[in-house]
Amino acid sequence: MSQTRAKERLASMLPQPPRIGSLWKRIAANKWLYLLALPGVLYFVLFRYTPMWGLLIAFQKYNAALGFLGSEWIGLKNFTDFFSSPDFTNLFRNTFILAIYNLFFFFPLPIVLALMLNSVRSYRYKRIVQTVTYMPHFLSWVIIASICQVMFTTEGGIINDIIFALSGKKLDFLTNPRFFRGMITGQVIWRETGWGTIIFLAALSGVDPQLYDAAHVDGANGWQRLWSITLPAIFGTIITMLILRLGHFLDTGFSQIFLMVNPLNRDVGEVFDTYIYRQGIKEYSKLSYTTAVGMFKSVVGLALVFCADRIAKKSGSSGIL
Amino acid sequence: MGNKSLSAKLSQAVLIAVLFAVSVVMIIPILHVVASSFSSQAALIQSKFLLFPTDFSLDAYKYVFSTSTFMDGMKISLLITVAGTALKMLVTLMLAYALAHKDMPGRKIINYAVLITLVFSAGMIPNFITFTSYGLKNSLWALILPALIDPFNLIVIRSFIQEIPAEIEESAKIDGANDARILFSIIVPLSMATIATFSLFYAVVIWNSYFDAILYINEAKKFPVQVLLRQIILLSGSLGDSSGMGLDFYVPPRTVRMAVITAATAPILVVYPFLQKYFAKGVMLGSVKG
Repeated sequence: MSQTRAKERLASMLPQPPRIGSLWKRIAANKWLYLLALPGVLYFVLFRYTPMWGLLIAFQKYNAALGFLGSEWIGLKNFTDFFSSPDFTNLFRNTFILAIYNLFFFFPLPIVLALMLNSVRSYRYKRIVQTVTYMPHFLSWVIIASICQVMFTTEGGIINDIIFALSGKKLDFLTNPRFFRGMITGQVIWRETGWGTIIFLAALSGVDPQLYDAAHVDGANGWQRLWSITLPAIFGTIITMLILRLGHFLDTGFSQIFLMVNPLNRDVGEVFDTYIYRQGIKEYSKLSYTTAVGMFKSVVGLALVFCADRIAKKSGSSGIL
Repeated sequence: MGNKSLSAKLSQAVLIAVLFAVSVVMIIPILHVVASSFSSQAALIQSKFLLFPTDFSLDAYKYVFSTSTFMDGMKISLLITVAGTALKMLVTLMLAYALAHKDMPGRKIINYAVLITLVFSAGMIPNFITFTSYGLKNSLWALILPALIDPFNLIVIRSFIQEIPAEIEESAKIDGANDARILFSIIVPLSMATIATFSLFYAVVIWNSYFDAILYINEAKKFPVQVLLRQIILLSGSLGDSSGMGLDFYVPPRTVRMAVITAATAPILVVYPFLQKYFAKGVMLGSVKG
């Protein structure tokens, strides 16, 4: 970082024609850069910013035939409708509980796995375990949901065959609402635990090995070294990752849940995005109403990210924004 | 640390055993699916817990490759992955290169505009209305354009280009080369490792994507492989959110279902050795710069 700064300073001492002269001259001098930037800028304008005008239909009773300009303005009615509907509390509860599951059952696992990988003496063994545990991260949710389907189905799935052999019963993992949250969290654990270690392994690699040697000389055992050297070294990373997760707690993995939700488990499975898709596009075309729901989610999400960033900075880490 | 006491050896043994167990849990589902797909239907029914092909058979694959629906899906996915990756990389690289120049007027505004999209987006419905009005309905462009540039990738590639010594560019400028030439004949060759990393990033995302297809593609013959997989495995099992999306699949035999999953996963498994090598680096780069 300081090296690049030094380089920049050095560069600014050299004569730089574009810097001198009027703004227009600088723009003309960079005409090739603008040409190169043009497709990318157009993309952001057309595909990231233009749709934001569409948010205005959240305050309308949008009618595609009348168009955006002709539709009736109804103020905050879509929002109040949503807040007063039972769907609102249901969506919030489902999202919240999934986030809690994630926090308690998934979040600690990459840390534990990273600590274990870090303690393995054999470099080759460590590499092999990393290769195997990173792999699920690259499989799509469709593939993971499909693997789950063929393994957990009551009609010849391997898991149910084993359970049946042991207990004489079969469990309807895929349709019973009782298992839904466990299945979702289990999939996340399977897919992301290995990959999640990367950030912690990086933090661990920053620990000065001399500290361990010194502790060893002082007679500290493995647990003592873990408590007084290793954990403090990754504490900042853990806090940052935790805050990051809180900032995104509304962002339940949409694709994943969409694939696992069905009419039988919808009561516990429906989250904001699946609700928006179903009510807005799939079944009812309630475009204005679902835009309002999406906007509520975006705004709350934004506020959460900013809060999380403030907390992260206050707690001494570099923040997430 | 030369001191190898008994307890240290023991704890290493426990550690190795636990990590072995974790790896087994991670790999078994994949192994089971792949092994079952290469077994005969009879063997699959007889011995349930397959981790190696039993009574080796390619029948399932013969069937899968003979059905035009699935093969068309594979072709479409391959097409959008190759073309999409090239296009996305090109556009990302050009914008990243421009934004790496601190003396370009307007650079700050574009940077902020990019950053904002990381934390706020219009959302599903406004996107859907807007992109449909662009004519993306039932067009394969709908699978490429909405996510043409990943803002995060853009920022990391920009940081990388900024690290390239400015003198290289200066000397090319003196020789009369314009920015486009500098980018393609100097910067690109110098950044091949980065370009490879992020091309793989993009390729995996496109290959794995299915939601844009569900939103915008209604014609069955334009379905990418992930959508077909969902139809064959999830919807035929009388599960899933939208039964009867225009295709009526019968419930295929188990070996066929396994073969379909394996075929859709194969491209990822083929590039995985490269993925693993570069991705960890890319992620680290991102987390340091982000």
